[in-house]
Amino acid sequence: MTNRLSWFIIFWLVAVFAFLYAPIISVIVYSFNSSKLVTVWAGWSLKWYGELAKDRQIIDAAVLSLEIAAISATLATILGTIAGYVLVRFPKFLGRTAFSGMVSAPLVMPEVITGLSMLLLFISMEQAIGWPQGRGLTTVIIAHTTFTLSYVAVVMRSRFLVLDLSLEEAAQDLGARPLKVFFVITLPIVAPAIVSGWLLGFTISLDDLVITSFTNGPGTSTLPMVVFSKVRLGLDPKINALATIIIAIVSIGVIIAIAHMRRVERQRQRDEQMAIRAIAAKA
Amino acid sequence: MVAVEKPTKQPQNKHISAPWTDPKAEPYIRIENVTKKFGEFVAVNNVSLNVYRGELFSLLGGSGCGKTTLLRMLAGFESPTAGKIFIDGVDMAGIPPYDRPTNMMFQSYALFPHMTVEQNVSFGLKQDKYPEPEIRQRVAHMLEMVQLTPFSKRKPHQLSGGQRQRVALARSLVKQPKLLLLDEPLGALDKKLREATQFELMNIQDRLGITFIVVTHDQEEAMTLSTRIGVMNAGQIVQTGTPQEIYEYPQNKFVADFIGSVNLFEGHIVEDEQDHVLIRSDEAGGDIYIDHGISSAPGARVWVAIRPEKIQLTKQAVNERHNCLSGIVKGIAYMGNLSIYLVQLDSGKQIKVTMQNQVRASEFMIDWDDRVTVTWHANSPVALLS
Repeated sequence: MTNRLSWFIIFWLVAVFAFLYAPIISVIVYSFNSSKLVTVWAGWSLKWYGELAKDRQIIDAAVLSLEIAAISATLATILGTIAGYVLVRFPKFLGRTAFSGMVSAPLVMPEVITGLSMLLLFISMEQAIGWPQGRGLTTVIIAHTTFTLSYVAVVMRSRFLVLDLSLEEAAQDLGARPLKVFFVITLPIVAPAIVSGWLLGFTISLDDLVITSFTNGPGTSTLPMVVFSKVRLGLDPKINALATIIIAIVSIGVIIAIAHMRRVERQRQRDEQMAIRAIAAKA
Repeated sequence: MVAVEKPTKQPQNKHISAPWTDPKAEPYIRIENVTKKFGEFVAVNNVSLNVYRGELFSLLGGSGCGKTTLLRMLAGFESPTAGKIFIDGVDMAGIPPYDRPTNMMFQSYALFPHMTVEQNVSFGLKQDKYPEPEIRQRVAHMLEMVQLTPFSKRKPHQLSGGQRQRVALARSLVKQPKLLLLDEPLGALDKKLREATQFELMNIQDRLGITFIVVTHDQEEAMTLSTRIGVMNAGQIVQTGTPQEIYEYPQNKFVADFIGSVNLFEGHIVEDEQDHVLIRSDEAGGDIYIDHGISSAPGARVWVAIRPEKIQLTKQAVNERHNCLSGIVKGIAYMGNLSIYLVQLDSGKQIKVTMQNQVRASEFMIDWDDRVTVTWHANSPVALLS
């Protein structure tokens, strides 16, 4: 073995990265295309970004999607965290196995089935108790909360599994009642997992097309639905511009997160070094 | 039972005047016939124990012997299946951990990772709603005692193992509990730090007069720290006594074997008089004479335990009727201050002997494959009936 990259390896490296990122790069490049036809290059232009800003339908759909994603991710995080905690900390209660299975069932259920059953549920609920009235924002949020909850519950469950039980015991031992222990000790320690659970739920909700299609009503078209319906009528360069903006936001977010993690890690290493030197100095 | 005349012992901790020998003394912690079952598994089996005020009591045993379960029952994390626990005369049944006059130092230290050293130590006082200035003053005092004042603003992950251990200790001491429970307090420390901390612990205990119960699997730790030790095996306390009693007068084979190292010979009683007992052992290949009587039927099966350091080796022939065997040196482990000799007796049994290396080298030095005579003093062996 040599340390130098052989041509073979370089070839594969390029091929794999091209496979992964060529479509994204072409979307970005074509968003700056001045032609009305998506597939014909006619020189650089920011025209479609201007058009996008004027398109009320897309802007409204984007705002609505963000709103739905934020609300359902928040609800799902609260419920999913409680579900994960209960599954780890309470090993025995009536119906635990059923609960455990049902919490993660939506993960493996085809979205079509989930969407259809939600729709049937909402219709029969409306007939039985008169709520929710028709389909709209409420039903979409309920549906999104239901299936993103499973993802949050999985994340939180694995976090609680590795959380040292003696931390909570120590807090109790020092005089804190169980509810206070949960809020003062448990929650702050698992906060990073809660944030990632929320982000996961937010992303999945923002992305969803199938379940939303089953449960929405007039006037509640989310961004994926608008994009999908537009694409069916022929490719629109505005969609390329929208995609580029989303990619930019996501990339900036990821870069900030990585930079922050690096800084924290370096700080931690410095602290460790300091502690080691302090001991060495004492000895 | 071995009816030996125990010499009066100097307790290690000078505050304690051996209250366990005084039948009128009121125990501070009373454990009465406590049993704990997890399903079918009996973790603690009918344990009764008295611990007195100001003691540093160690529960010593291998893993799975029930010592940690017993400690957790004192802290309130587990409730006994049967039996009662009293602390300072109060029945602890049904009292949750947060209402008990105990604090615990966890094996993993269980420091709150999102709080600074100061916040960790003040946590317990804040739960009891002490006024802010008092909390600050008590925390500062406690941090000073464990020499962590310069680190008060650090988070646990910015500390070394030894510093974390001292934070955990400070946090459990700051509320001045009636009873401090320590689960393997020195387990995670290296040898040098362990020794330093052992003495620090004894010092703190001496100054504050808090009653300590320590769980440990490390017999050296238990020997150095404790006023008394309870040796546990399979959920039961098999012997309770001062470190000297446990080491010099083990009551059964388990304790003899668990604490330190020991040579055991099986035999039967030939003579049992007021002032001596004579045991014939085929395993040893000779007679063993012990200079105190044991009340037992002649012919009964006994085990004789002799510590390796209480045996002498010599290359010269010795003419004694008892306590004198011969064998061949099969191995020597040189440890610097002492050497461990593995001697194969003529009966075929291998025994361990440790001897101080008093001189550098001499013609009397014992070497591999030397024929040696093995002797011991008549008060060195202990006869065990079980």
